[in-house]
Amino acid sequence: MAETKSIIGTQNKKGQTYTDAWKLLNEAPRTPSFFTGSEVIKEAIRRASCDVMIAYPITPQSEAAALIGELFAEGYVGDYFRGESEFAVMSQCAGAAFGGARVFTTTAGPGTMRAMENFPMWAGSRLPIQMIVTCRGINSPLSIQPDTLEIAYLLNTGMLVWHAETAQDFFDWILKGYMVSEEPDVHLPLALCCDGFFVTHTKDVVNLTPADMCLPPYDPYRSPVPCMDMECPPVRMMRDPFVMKSNYISYATHASWQQEIWAAVERSRKHSIHWLNGLIDAENTDTDIMIVASGTAVSQGREAIRMLEDEGVRCGLVKVKTLRPWPEEEIREATKNAKHIFVPEFNVTGWLAKEIKATIPNHHRVHAGPHVCGGMTMPPEIIVNEIKTALGMKKSFVMAGRGS
Amino acid sequence: MSDYRVLPGPEHFLPPAAASMGIRLPNPGEAHINGVIASEEKAYEEAARQFLMAKVPTIFPGPLVLWAWNEKAAKKATAVRHLFNTLKECAQAGQKPMLIPMPDYRPKYPKINPEVEINPNHPNLTIWHNKIDCCMFIGVHCHQANLSLKIIRGGTSCYTIAMCAQAGHEDAMLSFRDASVEKIMRLAETVKRLKGTVQLRSSTAKSGASN
Repeated sequence: MAETKSIIGTQNKKGQTYTDAWKLLNEAPRTPSFFTGSEVIKEAIRRASCDVMIAYPITPQSEAAALIGELFAEGYVGDYFRGESEFAVMSQCAGAAFGGARVFTTTAGPGTMRAMENFPMWAGSRLPIQMIVTCRGINSPLSIQPDTLEIAYLLNTGMLVWHAETAQDFFDWILKGYMVSEEPDVHLPLALCCDGFFVTHTKDVVNLTPADMCLPPYDPYRSPVPCMDMECPPVRMMRDPFVMKSNYISYATHASWQQEIWAAVERSRKHSIHWLNGLIDAENTDTDIMIVASGTAVSQGREAIRMLEDEGVRCGLVKVKTLRPWPEEEIREATKNAKHIFVPEFNVTGWLAKEIKATIPNHHRVHAGPHVCGGMTMPPEIIVNEIKTALGMKKSFVMAGRGS
Repeated sequence: MSDYRVLPGPEHFLPPAAASMGIRLPNPGEAHINGVIASEEKAYEEAARQFLMAKVPTIFPGPLVLWAWNEKAAKKATAVRHLFNTLKECAQAGQKPMLIPMPDYRPKYPKINPEVEINPNHPNLTIWHNKIDCCMFIGVHCHQANLSLKIIRGGTSCYTIAMCAQAGHEDAMLSFRDASVEKIMRLAETVKRLKGTVQLRSSTAKSGASN
């Protein structure tokens, strides 16, 4: 059996030192670097002791996928290839993870949708694959622009779903994500989402850990399910019993299996809180007005709060970091004093507002908006106007177009 | 803390996963009893008491200790055998300790032989057939153990114990975590120490409505 502890302090073939993950992420020196989000993904994977990365081009994740190809060429990633489609990629990721590899992939928009059948399969098979989702429009007519609607489809797959606001989140959470999802009581795939282009193609200062330090390797022997081998091929567990047999026992087993997946999502709560320093970040929770958001809508909300403060209106902010596990108690506590809760979103349906409404008492307090989608930006002024309108105040800005 | 308690069933047509009812796993050095975090000391005593009270105390060893795939597994298997022998030595009149393996996880069709094995997809069949009223899982992969523990809680009145090598099991009525040879031996010692202090349970194992 691989003993992770014994590997700490030793070096991999690239001369990187396997470092205790907590020390790497919390105590190791950081170097400020000016990178795009895609470049940051590459830098995180350089330090992630990743065995396999499988790529397929789709905007806006293509650059990150290609950059990880460079890492493979340099010897930092064990294996790397391009699949035939997103569906193939996600199936190939499953094969690699079944075999005991630490697996990474990236996708976006229609690619996420095309591969969707695989995600509940990953979760049901307890495969701790990490998938970056650089969200973009999914519906016809074609749009490659930022839009977070695809996250709504991921919420009930049984995967962990986190929503990064910045490239710094991305760097830290890719590494932390493996630590959470590989815990034996969790052992689930992670969809680490961001708003495409806003995060992937924007340069930002990101504090990086030393490139000569890396995560300890994945230990598949801690898995809650057996690794695939010739004695234990997954098809015998996954095809034979439940589909082929129609009786009470089959149904009950499948039901118990599904419950176990969601129990594992619940168990990830403790580990996510530990690594992310809470499932949410909350500021000024004593105020009547709160903005609750995830992804880059948090940044826009933060700017709107600054603008409102200039006018003497005090407003609080909740940054939702994990969508699965859902921070139900945290959001309820952070919004308990609020009379108005605004949920700005980069999608047309307002899935985050719906989740919040289902979570808190007196959900009439939730104002589902402003919404933008299809690649529109969200000027903080429209958030300010939404809040002022709800409060019966005169709008500060005249905004043309949707969302005002 | 959750009001839910992980108790012997038959609980429900489809009992919930204890984790979804707010039951949390113990931290290193702790155990849980009925979903409430407890000291390991208390858990040894309670597990031993349950074994000594049961008419058919049973150990279900899984693949992780059934096969000598590493040195640690072989040593654990020896310790499990020692625990079983201890249960037999300490048995009162009317008690019938059993050791029934869970050799793999594939459903057994057309029919399992419940006298020789247990399977995670229909563990209730083995419990019902042998009238097992207390059992301990050891060496079973966590996913499969939780699957079994929920089904057992749903359809039987069997008291379940988990000696887990990882983080423990909320779906058992009592769970240790980070199982080691030392912990198995300590449980055997506790059984020996409490011998004669516990009365045999009067009622027999109940079946669920789905029997």
